[in-house]
Amino acid sequence: MIEWFTWLQVVVAVVAGLFCLVLGLLGRQPNDYSLGATLLVELLLITQLVVAIAAPFVGNPARGSLPEFYIYLVSALLLPPLAGFWALLERNRWATVVLGVICLAIAVMVYRMYQIWVFQVA
Amino acid sequence: MAANSSPRPVRTRTLGIGRVLVAVYGILALAATGRSVFQIIDRFAEAPLAFSLSALSALVYIVATIALVAPGVAWYLVARLTIGFELVGVLVVGTISLVAPGLLGLHSINPFGRESTVWSAYGLGYLLIPLVLPVLGLLYLRARRPVAIEADVLE
Repeated sequence: MIEWFTWLQVVVAVVAGLFCLVLGLLGRQPNDYSLGATLLVELLLITQLVVAIAAPFVGNPARGSLPEFYIYLVSALLLPPLAGFWALLERNRWATVVLGVICLAIAVMVYRMYQIWVFQVA
Repeated sequence: MAANSSPRPVRTRTLGIGRVLVAVYGILALAATGRSVFQIIDRFAEAPLAFSLSALSALVYIVATIALVAPGVAWYLVARLTIGFELVGVLVVGTISLVAPGLLGLHSINPFGRESTVWSAYGLGYLLIPLVLPVLGLLYLRARRPVAIEADVLE
């Protein structure tokens, strides 16, 4: 796990989440901007997955429990496709709010993953 | 009687802001399931009672999520039952976890620790969402109460 990348990811997820929440509460349907922000969050998660797989081989092992780390990561990876699917099926403002909610949830999950990797001693 | 005395389709319950509620329930169901499965596989013997409660809460969140989405009077009642159970659960387990953690076999009251469950310390480890959500859920169900139920069951 790369520390600065993880923090970048948390910040992007928070910003994307607030952005979608605001758009949704303003009554906007899911559009290229809100779906794009969610897609960006997903792409960063995929990058995080690649980093997490590679890191132990270059002398950067997790201090905490690896299975617990991956439960968070895989759960997080599932959220944007599910919410995006929802947004395409039901095009109203609440779908945009849901995009925001899952981005914020992902921010918390990534922070937990960071704690597990850096601090938690198994 | 119940079938044709419902002029308003029960499905409207899941419209509007309820969508967001369903999404948050879904996320919490996922979080509780992931954590409890991991705890049970990895360290069940450390705090069997607490981790069993963890699994039970996960199951209740899953059923509640489905019940909020599924149409029909029966699912409405299931939603009320599971969400009411959650409120009782978070209050009872939350209180015990703070006052007498030993009763649950917990060695610490840290809501972020390795033995923490969704309901420990009223769900502090989950930003208190487990405490707020059932209240919102019950208010929401009340506002969206289907007419048939109002007439036949609750009154």
